[in-house]
Amino acid sequence: MAKIEISGIYKIFGPNPKRYLDAVKKGVSKDNLLAENGHTLGLQDVNLSVEEGELFVIMGLSGSGKSTLIRHINRLIDPTAGVIRIDGENVLNLRQDELIQLRRHKMSMVFQRFALFPHKTVLDNVAYGLTVQGIDRKNARVIASDWLEQVGLQGFGDQHPHKLSGGMQQRVGLARALATNPDILLMDEAFSALDPLIRKEMQDLLMKLQQKLHKTIVFITHDLDEALRLGNRIAILKDGALVQQGDPKTILLKPQTDYVADFVKDVNRGKVLNARHVMSRPVATLSTNTTVAKAREWMMRHGYDYATVLDNTYLKGIVTLNDLQSAPEETIGERVSPVTSVLESAELESLFPQMIGDTSPVAVTTDEGEFLGWVSRSKVVKLVTPAQAFRANETQRDIA
Amino acid sequence: MAFPDILDARALRQGIDGFVDQLVIDYADSLERLSQPLLDFLVFVEQLLRNSPWYLVIAVLATIAWYGSRRWTLSAGVILLMLFIGVIGQWDRGMQTLALMIVSLVMCLTIGIPAGVLMSLSERFRKVLLPILDVMQTMPSFVYLIPVVMLFGLGKVPALIATVVYAVPPLIRLTDLGIRLVDHSIMEAATAFGATKRQKLLGVQLPLALPNIMAGINQTTMMALSMVVVASMIGARGLGQEVLAGINRLEVGRGLLAGLAIVALAIMFDRVTQAYGKRLQYPKQGDK
Repeated sequence: MAKIEISGIYKIFGPNPKRYLDAVKKGVSKDNLLAENGHTLGLQDVNLSVEEGELFVIMGLSGSGKSTLIRHINRLIDPTAGVIRIDGENVLNLRQDELIQLRRHKMSMVFQRFALFPHKTVLDNVAYGLTVQGIDRKNARVIASDWLEQVGLQGFGDQHPHKLSGGMQQRVGLARALATNPDILLMDEAFSALDPLIRKEMQDLLMKLQQKLHKTIVFITHDLDEALRLGNRIAILKDGALVQQGDPKTILLKPQTDYVADFVKDVNRGKVLNARHVMSRPVATLSTNTTVAKAREWMMRHGYDYATVLDNTYLKGIVTLNDLQSAPEETIGERVSPVTSVLESAELESLFPQMIGDTSPVAVTTDEGEFLGWVSRSKVVKLVTPAQAFRANETQRDIA
Repeated sequence: MAFPDILDARALRQGIDGFVDQLVIDYADSLERLSQPLLDFLVFVEQLLRNSPWYLVIAVLATIAWYGSRRWTLSAGVILLMLFIGVIGQWDRGMQTLALMIVSLVMCLTIGIPAGVLMSLSERFRKVLLPILDVMQTMPSFVYLIPVVMLFGLGKVPALIATVVYAVPPLIRLTDLGIRLVDHSIMEAATAFGATKRQKLLGVQLPLALPNIMAGINQTTMMALSMVVVASMIGARGLGQEVLAGINRLEVGRGLLAGLAIVALAIMFDRVTQAYGKRLQYPKQGDK
């Protein structure tokens, strides 16, 4: 069961939204609805499901309805039509007091402009969700100061928020959201108001916390780099409708519409893609305890100039035919030449220095050091050349 | 050319007069009885101020000023202004006026803040109240002084009521405005964390509206002070009475000294409430 399931959500803004629902369902465009009926189409037929523990990014430009969409999840905005299920329960059926309980315990929110309470200290800001629940102030402060430490703001508890920099204010916002220990974290352009360096820092903090906490996070952004960096899955919203959803690689390499293709065109692929994306499987592998004679015979039969040598699943290096000219009774383990290797998660960009001016192969390994394959130079060229971006499907076939 | 007689204005006037007369006959006694606690309160404050030693009154006022502003200069200013009132021989009348101010301010607060809160919460209530506030602020006070005097008789209570009617609208308006001006995203945050309406009002809206409410209190006290002369015409004692006597007897000196004392009180009220309001201001979100 999905943690959050949104199905068939329509949102029309205006004095009489229900009246125009049918027209919208029949396909009246956003512009026509506004011009002829004075109603604004916020969302049209949005369907998505967010799995437990996943970081789901909703991305779109301003006016695409992404902030409207995220506010449907905790019902800061009610839909004109559709169903929103959280843990299988339709939240639209909740009474006001049940809704308040849901907001207090199950989910919390981080805001673009921080939305901290200026009249409360940093510590009381973090404790807000707890005091609203009715936890007494002393205990709430103990919990809050723990969270303040988790976001790296120990010692700032007695300050007022306006004394802090933007990045620090958003750390307070994050701590405030986490303090109630919710299952679901809603982040509305949480890092968009921060400058790039601080934004990266906050992204790292979020990913670090997420590794530990495994919250279900819905993250809104207009920044594709951020979406690709953070998201387990990404949904792209345009004019209130979903145009594509999938994992970051699919979005980048298989854009389904021109709109998405246009979006991903300018992405720095060297940063978003990693070594795994440009890897090719080894064709010839030998074990270290193979004899030289056997290896030589096998390679010549298959027409290989060199072969990968593995010790179980770990890489030893490579041997070429030239290395195998003498001493046929020995094992090839002695004749292996070592090669450089990179982790599969390494940014593509970081491979470039090793590939320029050096033609020796570069191996790709898992974080534990197990061998996966070789960096394919032709794949690197294809993936990072912008001209190739429009022929994304072709590239995709190569990779798979 | 004369405007055609559509309504008989004379009959209309008489109708209104008759209505008010009937009102006086039916309710004057019970209204006077109802207003007795108010009168007792006013008399108590007045006696307290007039019977306390002058230096004690000044010390208390200077202490209040310090708590409001945390600035010694303001306390010193308050001491000087009060000494000035005493030196020009207006101390006792000044205390009578101060008592009227304090009691009418208490009344304005108990009426104005809840009304302002209701106004900010209910669009319908706001629509009803706004024109009433307009009338209260623009109707010449003499017009409602007549029925008020008829109902309550000459004396302190009608003066108090007239003062409150005239002075309370800015407090209502600014309370409403202050609550409405609270940053939308901050309210959204409170809602998102599951705050009830009551928790939002007491924990977020009112504290953040406080600077505006203080501005309203400031306006209200200023307007109340400007009513002292009019109030003295219906029996309120104090500085206004002295100004009125100055006018009646064409004694410029008498009127001027009392007038200066009113100004001194006004400056004191104004600076203390403003300084307190300023201390409550918080920088806006996102400012660095």
